[in-house]
Amino acid sequence: MCLAIPGKIVELSPDLPHLALVDVAGVRRKVDLGLLQDDPPAVGEWVLIHVGFAMSKIGEAEAADQMRTLKLLGEDAAAIEEVRGYGFGQPEPTEPQADGA
Amino acid sequence: MAGDAPLPKIRFRDAQIEMAHGAGGKASRRLIDGLFAPLLLNGAGENLNDAALVDVGGERVAVSTDSFVVTPLTFPGGSIGELAVNGTVNDLAVSGARATAMVVTFVLEAGLPSGTLEAEVRAMAAASQHAGVAIVGGDTKVVEHGKVDGMYITTTGIGRPLPGLTLGPARVRAGDRILLSGPIGDHGVTVLLARGELDLEADLRSDTRPVFPMVEALANAVGEALHWMRDPTRGGVATSLNELALDCGLGLHMAEEEIPVRDEVRGACELLGLDPLHIANEGQFLAVVGASAADRALDALRSTPGGEKAAIIGEVKEEPAAAVLVSTRYGGSRIVDMLVGDPLPRIC
Amino acid sequence: MRFVDEFRDPELITRASEEIRRLADPHRHYRIMEVCGGHTHAIHRFGLTDVLPPNIELIHGPGCPVCVLPMGRIDDGLALAKEPGVIFAAFGDMMRVPGTHGSPLEHKARGMDVRIVYSPSDALKLARANPEKHVMFFAIGFETTAPSTALTLMRAESEGIRNFSVFCNHVTIIPAIRAILDSPDMRIDAFIGPGHVSTVIGCRPYEWIARDEGKPIVVSGFEPADLLQSIVMLLRQLSEGTARVENQYRRVVPWEGNRAALAAMAQTFTLRPYFEWRGLGFISQSALGIADRYAAWDAERVFQVQGVRVTDPKAAQCGEVLKGVLKPVQCKLFGKECTPERPVGALMVSSEGSCAAYYNYEHRKGTGQASRVATPA
Repeated sequence: MCLAIPGKIVELSPDLPHLALVDVAGVRRKVDLGLLQDDPPAVGEWVLIHVGFAMSKIGEAEAADQMRTLKLLGEDAAAIEEVRGYGFGQPEPTEPQADGA
Repeated sequence: MAGDAPLPKIRFRDAQIEMAHGAGGKASRRLIDGLFAPLLLNGAGENLNDAALVDVGGERVAVSTDSFVVTPLTFPGGSIGELAVNGTVNDLAVSGARATAMVVTFVLEAGLPSGTLEAEVRAMAAASQHAGVAIVGGDTKVVEHGKVDGMYITTTGIGRPLPGLTLGPARVRAGDRILLSGPIGDHGVTVLLARGELDLEADLRSDTRPVFPMVEALANAVGEALHWMRDPTRGGVATSLNELALDCGLGLHMAEEEIPVRDEVRGACELLGLDPLHIANEGQFLAVVGASAADRALDALRSTPGGEKAAIIGEVKEEPAAAVLVSTRYGGSRIVDMLVGDPLPRIC
Repeated sequence: MRFVDEFRDPELITRASEEIRRLADPHRHYRIMEVCGGHTHAIHRFGLTDVLPPNIELIHGPGCPVCVLPMGRIDDGLALAKEPGVIFAAFGDMMRVPGTHGSPLEHKARGMDVRIVYSPSDALKLARANPEKHVMFFAIGFETTAPSTALTLMRAESEGIRNFSVFCNHVTIIPAIRAILDSPDMRIDAFIGPGHVSTVIGCRPYEWIARDEGKPIVVSGFEPADLLQSIVMLLRQLSEGTARVENQYRRVVPWEGNRAALAAMAQTFTLRPYFEWRGLGFISQSALGIADRYAAWDAERVFQVQGVRVTDPKAAQCGEVLKGVLKPVQCKLFGKECTPERPVGALMVSSEGSCAAYYNYEHRKGTGQASRVATPA
């Protein structure tokens, strides 16, 4: 269930503090911030939108961290393949530890 | 009377007409194939879609009709009048014909402000001039308030087939390429947003325009190598290609990353859970051309004003039979089917 | 689209699928259930089964709030809206779901005032704009959607809007997962946890799955890279022989959940003692009803509700497909009496129902999907 899409807060209204104008690839809609009242988002921040309500802020640091992890997937395997390709006649290297991923 | 042919079989079993029957998808097809075709089209043979070619005193004439029931009547980029003119011009164009003349019928709601009607008539005058088609007559009926949404417009057009073209599903072969004239989804999303129920705003306009100039450029460039065309209106690219797949029995493969879609259309579709492939277009067309002509075809489209974003979006293969597939960028694929009715926003 | 496109990067998908092939034991057949219908939809939309090795089988779980709604509840909702002056408002997902006498769209064709809304707040807006009518909002969804209904009820109360009510069919995910695990004909090795439900309830509610049932569960995002990374994480646990709850969707899911959302739900809803789930039967404490404080906005108290119980046709195997015991194609009605055009059950209508997903995306691909059919353990 649950179609939810990231959107960027582009405008807050002082008279209606629980409503924000959010932009998704150029499409704009007023989104209710009531579920984020403990830590309201500011203009420029990204939120996850579901049925016109902001469910959560999007953590840019966590997203970047995840990108790094994803890019490292298969790195160790690729390194092993490369070494094998040199054909030194060495025995197969043992599995290195996964990089905290 | 003795000697009459046996009565055609009616295969349409639905108890009543639903909105889905007009949406251009599976239900529409059932209605046409199951009721209209057996009773009305016996002997006409070719082309249940777009335009028909008829013999008039030794000359082949293309004829097509289209009706418009859009709400709201006006929206960014166009209005019902403009759609009505371009719609029939385009039906003729994708049948390989230059529209020459058109008649118009209006069904008007009592209480419709005259200013609204005048605006549409002006729009139609401008659109017909722009498209190079003469409006030569028409008919008007007025019905009680509440019976129609303001106005319904039907246009019927005749046109002159371009020389050297033979179009139809029977010409489509494995190896052919599938071309698209430009970005999809603009019209349908614009109208959906213009209804105001979803409270979304975007800088989008309907793509309504005559596609004949692009069709002519294409025909001039590749001639007989042009095998089939369709304008993907209601039901979108998915419906048009599924109809072709059913008619020719081949597999139509699209590459997702080749299909042009504007950012805002993509954003609205992601937000609402819609697929751009199912959304109506009013200024685009699909073309299937022989493999060796594909690059020339693309150049011809891209050199025509309005065709700059044309793309080769796919290829015809033998398998899977009678199906339409989109390959994802990951080497996976999914079937693209016709919808039952209009695409509906979803939250799940 | 930021936070979307980068997680659809083909290079990342290639890396992840290679890692999956490396981790998957070729002598083992993995059965992984994705609980959430949104994940089912994403898997099919992005063709992810094509990038997985054949010994990883994804089983579609019951997390489709439209699919699990018994037909009787749809009948009840439509019956309420038959009253003159009532506007029936619901998400697009509900519009083609068959009731005994037709779907909401079919009722609209016969003259009922039926409106599609994107948000419960839009339904409230309709009420403000139409003071002489009554807007009844047919609420569906798991814990992702319930807080939005909750806030809308609170706003209706604070603004004193009286021509508005909610017919509440919100259900909760944990009892559904429990029903799956309790089912004798199940064998699941691991779970892909519902990412958006978890933005509300957090990750703690899944701890019993790992601790008591010994099954790994990874709370996952919805983009292709998210799903594949989650499968990597599950395979690592399975090869280690561990069972933990992990949060793959950290950019959005807080481990402790959303306090404000949970508080709003606690204020506006109560747990119904039991609720009927299509295919799973009656499950206790699995659905939300409206709290007494908001009785004036509870459609079941504003109107007379019949409480219709409608059993599915015997041949329809919605229940088994919902539980993942059968693949859609194994249901006797699939593709014949039951198609997206003439759906017998909601699984064929709902965009995330397994049957619709299979019908629309898979079954004519001819890529051997039909051969990867689940056999009950």
